[in-house]
Amino acid sequence: MLKLSEPIYNALRKHGEETYPHECCGVLLGRSVQNADNLDINTVEDAVRAGNTRTDAAHNRYHIAPQELIKIQRQGRERGLDIVGFYHSHPDHPAQWSKTDFEEAHWLGCSYVITAVANGVAQQTNSFLLTGTNEDDKSFEDETIQVEELVTGRC
Amino acid sequence: MKIFIPTPLRVYVDKQDAVQVEAGTVGQALNALTTQHPDLKKHLYSDEGKLRAFVNVYLNDEDVRYLPEKEATTVTDADSLSIIPSIAGGC
Ligand SMILES: [Zn+2]
Repeated sequence: MLKLSEPIYNALRKHGEETYPHECCGVLLGRSVQNADNLDINTVEDAVRAGNTRTDAAHNRYHIAPQELIKIQRQGRERGLDIVGFYHSHPDHPAQWSKTDFEEAHWLGCSYVITAVANGVAQQTNSFLLTGTNEDDKSFEDETIQVEELVTGRC
Repeated sequence: MKIFIPTPLRVYVDKQDAVQVEAGTVGQALNALTTQHPDLKKHLYSDEGKLRAFVNVYLNDEDVRYLPEKEATTVTDADSLSIIPSIAGGC
């Protein structure tokens, strides 16, 4: 399960609208825990925008520079947060992982969030958990997205 | 020196986010890491012993693949290595 607040959810969807007709991409920082049923729960505390280095094919490809990932990972560490997932958009394509998405997915245990953007407007957002223990047995599992409204004034 | 471990590989290093090793070069540091944590090896290297294509190793902010001396590059205790699998895809 992927848990995130409404502002973060809205922000990552809006990112895909802003970069349309190109793909957006970003990193989800937060905490990963397993509940009593061994279900992976990735709780997102921040969505960090990243640049898409695939300027050659930005309408249907994305790639985040490793230097940028290292920087985001370092900033997360200073705040006690880990990389728990990534997001990108599918301009005029469904919010379903592609063959390329699967082949290029290597962060086992992380959530891969995809937002379909049609004519510049965000549509469906889906999340897929990369499960398995290595490159040979990995698979994408549909993952519930739980969007939580921010409770203000809570201690 | 410190080697930073990405989230998916921490399960092989006792859940630590970084591992401390004694090393004079990048190669020695990676060797020390996989000696301390042997289960990590097959996730970083192919059966032929080559670093997997999607595994990036950065010395501070430099890709080790593009350093003139690559894994023979000398390091000090003040340097850090980051292991960072690539992030890409499309539709
Ligand atoms: Zn995709």
